[in-house]
Amino acid sequence: MTSEERLEQLREEGRSRGAVSGRGVDVAGGPIPIKPGYYGEPVVRPPVWTWEISTYFFIGGCGGMAAVIGAAALAFGQPDVTRAAMWIAFVAAILSPILLILDLGRPLLFLNMLRVFKYKSPMSVGSWIVSLFGMSAAAGAILVELWQRQIFGGVLGAVVEVLAILSVIGAAFWGMGLATYTGVLISCTTIPAWFLHRVHLPIHFGTAALGSAAGLLELLGFRIAPLYALSLGAAALETILWLVLESRKHGAADRALHDGQTGLMIRASEFLTGPLALMLRLAGGIPAAAISFLLGALLSRFGWIEAGRVSGRDPEAVFAAQR
Amino acid sequence: MIGEGTQSTNQRRHTFVQDRVEVGFFTDPSVCIGCKACEVACKEWNEVPDDGYDWSGNSYDNTGHLGASTWRHVLFIEQDRPKGNQIAGPMSLGNSLGEKEDPFRWIFLSDVCKHCEEAGCLEACPTGSIVRTEVGSVLVQDDVCNGCGYCVVSCPFGVIDRRPEPLPNAGGAFKCTFCYDRQKSGLTPACAKVCPTESIVFGRLDDLRARGAERVKTLRAQGYDDAQLYDPRETSVGGLHAFFLLLGEPEAYGLPPKPQVPTIYLKSSWAAAIVIALAAVAAALLSFAFL
Repeated sequence: MTSEERLEQLREEGRSRGAVSGRGVDVAGGPIPIKPGYYGEPVVRPPVWTWEISTYFFIGGCGGMAAVIGAAALAFGQPDVTRAAMWIAFVAAILSPILLILDLGRPLLFLNMLRVFKYKSPMSVGSWIVSLFGMSAAAGAILVELWQRQIFGGVLGAVVEVLAILSVIGAAFWGMGLATYTGVLISCTTIPAWFLHRVHLPIHFGTAALGSAAGLLELLGFRIAPLYALSLGAAALETILWLVLESRKHGAADRALHDGQTGLMIRASEFLTGPLALMLRLAGGIPAAAISFLLGALLSRFGWIEAGRVSGRDPEAVFAAQR
Repeated sequence: MIGEGTQSTNQRRHTFVQDRVEVGFFTDPSVCIGCKACEVACKEWNEVPDDGYDWSGNSYDNTGHLGASTWRHVLFIEQDRPKGNQIAGPMSLGNSLGEKEDPFRWIFLSDVCKHCEEAGCLEACPTGSIVRTEVGSVLVQDDVCNGCGYCVVSCPFGVIDRRPEPLPNAGGAFKCTFCYDRQKSGLTPACAKVCPTESIVFGRLDDLRARGAERVKTLRAQGYDDAQLYDPRETSVGGLHAFFLLLGEPEAYGLPPKPQVPTIYLKSSWAAAIVIALAAVAAALLSFAFL
């Protein structure tokens, strides 16, 4: 075969398939459609984070909002709910740092996270939030248990009570941050699918966290009106957020959220946390609704991280977001 | 400059670090010959590991992209546009109709960390590993970096990356150091030192900016209509310490047309976070109070 014949063959292949399997033929005037940017190379770098981070977003969110619910329950005389909520927060407080450390490139240097505090770095702010939440949630869960079981009497009992209340308030305060800062963390980046939704993301993550914590408590047996209301509200807000996400598309810039596998993941997760959880709940299936919401909230974190990966690799998304 | 011999800013010894003078790189593709000596010198001096022999099929570029183990990267861009006042000759091989050659230009540009005025990686780094040096460059202190990966998604140019296993010093984030170690000893960065055409020029930032503007003027006069400086000082990045001359649009070089440092998104994002956090607290309190 002469080179001219080979070129004709490549042109034909390019015309019919839109791509050519052979390499080294990707030149100006060649048979291949010109790739966007510099040979289709990514302009920004996709995230290096793996499953630990998505899982942490879910678990940290659950634990953070559980502490908020626990504090509210304590304020209005439902200490049983507080006790269970603080144990959820406790588990999250243990698992979160483990997951975060596992994802580090150099896990042994994890303490360097607390070397400085930089308010302009959501990663730094987040590290401090996780640490402070961890301390107050772990202490809170144990102190509430001691207080509720009346282990100590007299002055010591009173001290335990005061410390327990303070720890729960502390855990709720830092938990509020823990459940929402993760949205800020991925928003304040150069990944188009993320930063274009910098207002949406914290709201979505916070709502998903609240619904997850309430749902988890319901699954633990607390079928009470306040938790039902919180779950219902979260599912309703998630439905609205889905509609907002679908109606405010940014074309090529955030197509990773709408197209392909990542689009499917995000759509499925929103369906689970939004309409499905809402309908199941209104139909009376509390456990099914709670499970649907929890699954959706977990899937959503994976969906957003994966979409960020796809979006970061897509030079056209970066260009479209800046033009 | 070429012709200045050992007195060129690329060759002579200096005391920029001691004098705390802002320095930079000006990289000019119009004189680059694509020899990749800068890539090699950088790897040699900084002991950057080999990250694989992958044939890309993209012109003469098998390096692909800047990354944890690629701190200088020569781009090879092929465009069917004339280069300056290029005169397309007759078809060389057996065209009896006397058709002219298609216009064609082959551009080489040595890409590098931009050492931004407002550096996304530096702002994002939670450990304080990334710092600004006396000469205004952005430096990763490898012994402090714990590999959290946040700088990777905070660089508007996709420069810094986490080095994967099993390469040496894996797990940390790496990028161009501006040869800070050489500069402290009065030497010029390895890539500039070795560049045979002085396509890479090292020197005082203010001098380089003047030189870059002058070079654009010269090239335009020579018919390079699309010559421009790539130094986005009007965006939140606030200018580059390593800036470039481009022929044509930045997109073709894989450079973002309007790079932004991600800290500009902090305000709106934190506002949303605070609103939803307070709303959640209010919802929890209200539902336990009234239900």
